[in-house]
This record gives sequence, structure tokens and C-alpha cells, in this order.
Amino acid sequence: MSSDDLGTVAALHDPVRRAVYEYVTSLGREAGRNETAEAVGVQRTLAAFHLDKLVEAGLLEAGFKRLTDRTGPGSGRPAKVYRRARGEWQVSVPARDYRTLALLLAEAVDRLGGDEAADEAARRAGARLAGEGEDLGGALRRRGYEPYEEGEDLRLRNCPFHVLSQEHPLLVCSMNLALCRGLLEGLGDDAARARLDPRPGECCVAFSKNNES
Amino acid sequence: MVMHLAQLNVAHMRAPVDSPELADFVAALDPINRISDEAPGFVWRLKGGESPQDVVKHDYGDHLLINFSVWETRDSLWDFVYRSAHLGVLQRRREWFLRVAEPYSVMWWIPRGHVPSLDEGMGRLELLKAHGPTPEAFTFKQFYDSSEAAWRPAAAEVRK
Repeated sequence: MSSDDLGTVAALHDPVRRAVYEYVTSLGREAGRNETAEAVGVQRTLAAFHLDKLVEAGLLEAGFKRLTDRTGPGSGRPAKVYRRARGEWQVSVPARDYRTLALLLAEAVDRLGGDEAADEAARRAGARLAGEGEDLGGALRRRGYEPYEEGEDLRLRNCPFHVLSQEHPLLVCSMNLALCRGLLEGLGDDAARARLDPRPGECCVAFSKNNES
Repeated sequence: MVMHLAQLNVAHMRAPVDSPELADFVAALDPINRISDEAPGFVWRLKGGESPQDVVKHDYGDHLLINFSVWETRDSLWDFVYRSAHLGVLQRRREWFLRVAEPYSVMWWIPRGHVPSLDEGMGRLELLKAHGPTPEAFTFKQFYDSSEAAWRPAAAEVRK
């Protein structure tokens, strides 16, 4: 753990600021100041204050964008908009570093061609993932996948294994699919509901919402 | 100068391209090439012929499948390779291709507008095999920005 990471994460201590952060990151697009204020239920100036503090901390990125279709004179200047910053921060007390070891193990699995065994392990672990009385959405949310509905699908906005999936995408995305299928099996559901359907900037797995597929 | 990213990869097929073992792979060529050609940041790819299922013809050995394309940025190539339906085809690679220990995929920067030759691409792969990742021939795992890569058209040729 670096002291910088602690400082960054500590910026989320304020409950209003945390609500602001959670609203912006739940959208999957840029958020304006007005809509954020409205969603969180605070004054626009207070929302703007927290948004800019989150940019300062490095948790959000700011840009400018026209929020209306009007252009030319009289259309006003572009509004300040916010979205989640790319970086990630971890705080562990006492210091723990599972990421470095996970990267080394992934490299070893790659070299040994052990992806089938890795998939099987992931599937078994997935079956134990859901807590007592938890449904699919709840289990995914608690694991940091940030599920959201789109048409007939449940999609996942966040990849909880991001760093690993950047270094070893074939292994990690395959294990992640196995994990999600295991999760469905653990819930007594049809594993085939989970499929690989990657998109830029999101998790590689999507779920069909109904069981009839 | 605006630089583009060239990428070449080779795969050793388990059987001839027209064999039943490769049928699923060949069937995927058309939809995947379509995704590639329509992907943001796609610039060029070497085509084997007019038919969407034609693979690149070459003299580098039988059963060797070659993909060769040019992209605007690292992210545009990454998003096609790992963040599109292409990933599903990659996950099935063992059904169609042999595991190889030596590097099979290489990238390097070229000036915008340059159309690289297959010899140039295979030369870069040889560079990677011989020297590991350098600004002249590198990989996603050990990537070099275009600013770090002096474009030396002769580099691949000289060391071949």
C-alpha cells in the first residue's frame, strides 16, 4: 500500500462525495453537474465541489461537452462533464500484495498450458460465490462487477480482474467466464446464460436475462 | 509524423486449411474479418483474395496461417483482438492451431500511409525471436510507444 493510494481512497470518506462518485460511475457515460446534483439530492454548487474534489484526488476525469444539440452563437459554452478515471487504488492494512503473485501465477499457468485446469478451478469457485439468499445480481454487485440491464441482457460494467486481464486476457477472460458459469450453477441456474461478449472498457461476460435461451 | 501500428501473427494449423478439422475456423473468417474491417481504428489488412474466406498465400511454409494488419493505435488493435467477438475465436485456438514456444505475434510502428510488405512483417517477427521485444519489434506485454520507435525501414531487412 502506498500512502498516495490511502489518500486517494480517503477522498471517498465523505458520504455525499461517495454518493456522487457512485452515481457518476454507475452511468457508463459522462455525467454533468446538474444531473449529479439531482440524483444525489444536493445543491448544484455542492455537487460541483465534490466532483472537482474527486478529479483532484484522481478518481474522476473531467472534460467539456455540449449537453444540448444546439450549436453556434447563443448555444452557450460546453458543460463540464465527469467520468471514472482509469487508474485503480488499493488499500490493505497491514500491507498485502496479491496482485503481484496472481500475475506470476497467471504467467506460470500460461507457460504450462494449464488453462483447462484453471477454468475448472474457477468454475468450482464460482459455484461457492453466491452468499446465503443472494441472487445473481446481488452476488455480481458484491463482487464488484457493477451489473446493469441492457435489453434482454445483464451486462457487467467493471472487470474486477482488470490488471490481470490486461496482462493475460485469454487466460483471465476464460477463467472469468468459467467463474460466472459456476456462479449460475451454484444458484441452481442454467450455466449457459453466461456467455463471452466482450466490449471495450467492460467485463467480457454477459448474461441472458431469462432462462429460456 | 503520424504513426500507425502494424501487427503480424502466424499460427501453425493442425491440419490443411480445407480439412474438416479447420472448418469451424474457416467459417469464422468472414464474420471476424467483417468486425475487423469495421472496427474503429482499423487501417489495413493483407487479404488472400477477393473471397472473405481466402487466407494469405505465402512461401513461409505449409500449414502456416498469417494475419497481417495495420491499426491507428494500440487500443484500437487491443479492442479488436480482445474486446470483440474475435476473443471467442481466440479462445478456441487450441482446436485448430499448435502450441508453439517461440513468439508468434509481433508489432511495430510505421508512418501513416506506408503499406508494409509481408517480408517486412516476417522480418520483424525474426527480430523479435532473435532479440526479444525492442522498439523495432515488440508485443502487447512489452509495448513501446511510437515516440520510442525510430522508424528504420532497413532494420528488418538488414538483420534478416
